[in-house]
Amino acid sequence: MEVAGAKLKIGRPRSLLAARTHYCAGCGHGVVHRIIAEIIDEWGLRGQTIGMAPVGCAVLMYQYLDIDMCESPHGRTPEVAAGIKRARPDKLVFSYQGDGDLAAIGMGEIIHVANRGEPISVIFINNAIYGMTGGQMAPTTVPGQKTTTTPQGRSVTGEGFPIRVCELLATLEKPVYLERTVLGAPKEITRTKNAIKKSFRVQRELKAFSLVEILSPCPTYWRVSPDKSVKYIETWMEKIFPPGVIKDTTK
Amino acid sequence: MAQASTEEKILITGNVAAAEGAVRAGCRFYFGYPITPQNDLPEYMSARMPAVGGTFVQAESELAAMALLHGAAAAGGRAMTSSSSPGVSLKQEALSYLAGSELPALIVNVQRAGPGLGDVRCGQADYFQATRGGGHGDYRLLVLAPHTVQETFDLAYEAFDLAEKWRCPVMILSDQQLGQMMEPVVPAPMSTLPAVRDLPWALSGAEGGRPKRIVKSFYWRPGELEEFNKRLREKYIKMERELPRWEEDRAADAEIVLVAYGTSARIARDAVGLAREAGIRAGLVRPITLWPFPAAPLVAAAKRGARFLVVEMSWGQMIDDVKLSLYGTPRPVDLCWRAGGGVPDVAEVFEQVRRLAGK
Repeated sequence: MEVAGAKLKIGRPRSLLAARTHYCAGCGHGVVHRIIAEIIDEWGLRGQTIGMAPVGCAVLMYQYLDIDMCESPHGRTPEVAAGIKRARPDKLVFSYQGDGDLAAIGMGEIIHVANRGEPISVIFINNAIYGMTGGQMAPTTVPGQKTTTTPQGRSVTGEGFPIRVCELLATLEKPVYLERTVLGAPKEITRTKNAIKKSFRVQRELKAFSLVEILSPCPTYWRVSPDKSVKYIETWMEKIFPPGVIKDTTK
Repeated sequence: MAQASTEEKILITGNVAAAEGAVRAGCRFYFGYPITPQNDLPEYMSARMPAVGGTFVQAESELAAMALLHGAAAAGGRAMTSSSSPGVSLKQEALSYLAGSELPALIVNVQRAGPGLGDVRCGQADYFQATRGGGHGDYRLLVLAPHTVQETFDLAYEAFDLAEKWRCPVMILSDQQLGQMMEPVVPAPMSTLPAVRDLPWALSGAEGGRPKRIVKSFYWRPGELEEFNKRLREKYIKMERELPRWEEDRAADAEIVLVAYGTSARIARDAVGLAREAGIRAGLVRPITLWPFPAAPLVAAAKRGARFLVVEMSWGQMIDDVKLSLYGTPRPVDLCWRAGGGVPDVAEVFEQVRRLAGK
């Protein structure tokens, strides 16, 4: 869209394709895709990067990023990434996963990939819901949150508490950098970009495992408007998933 | 440790033969999970892989081992895993994805008896699972069935060439006896291939501005998946035309043709020997590819008027393929089976041959 008298200050990164995504209004995935593409372009890494798309809302991520990418069975994503990294240790390999993929069906994989210290970067989108399948309870769904499989709200009696992935992984020796960020105000998005940058640096320079957990809006299945979803993250999610650096042994 | 030489002869188990055959073919990635009766294979690889500059990972599950294999194969490496029946059931998810992504890889199943946890003794009851794909969706694996330790080595050595030519995962369907027995092997020389290659579809990073590559099995636009399935089907039809392989033993004039693979084929061959001594014209057709199944020698024998006796350690799986092969030339097909860890002995197979011959 052109606006009379306006100058384009920031264009589309080369590694982000001019594709119309299938994401809902207010979804966080597009923002994180853009961040990844910006870093790849800023650092000139298009020819050095191999990404993993998950099963979940970001399953078509390879339609939007102009880099080599691989699909994975649901939850096995970081192990497929580890297999790629073992074969091509000189490449930047990242695993992009949602909360169902990473913290439910793929919990075994993420723990062991982290425990072995596989030198990959994991970008973990936590929106407390299964989006692709229609808004079912996720392992990160907050107590009381209504989903299509918790119509009365998540009950901690039968369904347990949300799982804090960063804190869980922080008990392991090998992960060197675990940070939780938020897709909220612009400065939070900048913080998210810096965290992903740091994760990529950790991989390239320290050959170590790192993970960035991003609290991300899902207005459609939270049943709130996109503009209210930032407030929703602050009110409901940040109490359970406190943002910040959970572990950092890089210094 | 074996050294490459044309004069070389080594005494190894079937399981180690599968491992060393793969290594000599250039396999530099092994991922597995412990399960009896194939543990000497990953144990061997845990030392052998580092010695050849390769990668060995003992994964936390069969699912994870397959995921690592998926990644290494997608990146252009020759990757292998092995397991036994209950473990191979867990691998089915990934096998469907590998077939859908058209990735080459080698999977060894050292069959034990089932169902369920079953027993660690010998079995051949994973035939359906191996030859029908095993996971969800329409696909096939190229299934190779050795019957000696040497043949286990040879088929593992050849497996990656076939897997890459057809862009299809290859399964070696072994069994507990074949995997754990030792026999002398004359090994092929060591491959000079690099650990990873920039195959036209392999993920290597889109260097120099080349178009990106995607390894995937997901087709979401209407009609796209059906088109992909048509292409897959055409590939499998071509494989069915070009790949069937078998060995015949005294089958040319046989009135009773035994059909058996793996350990059962060794027993059936001895029974053929006893039958010949008793004046019964018996012979053996031993499928080497289980998929695609070699129908031709059975049809030829049927046209000569032969009848058939299938010998297998399951209460009847491969017999279905024998009957399908004879669809246009029906002849009697009988079954000699042991299952649940039982191994047929030569005398009981011979006894059944003798009865069928009316002697």
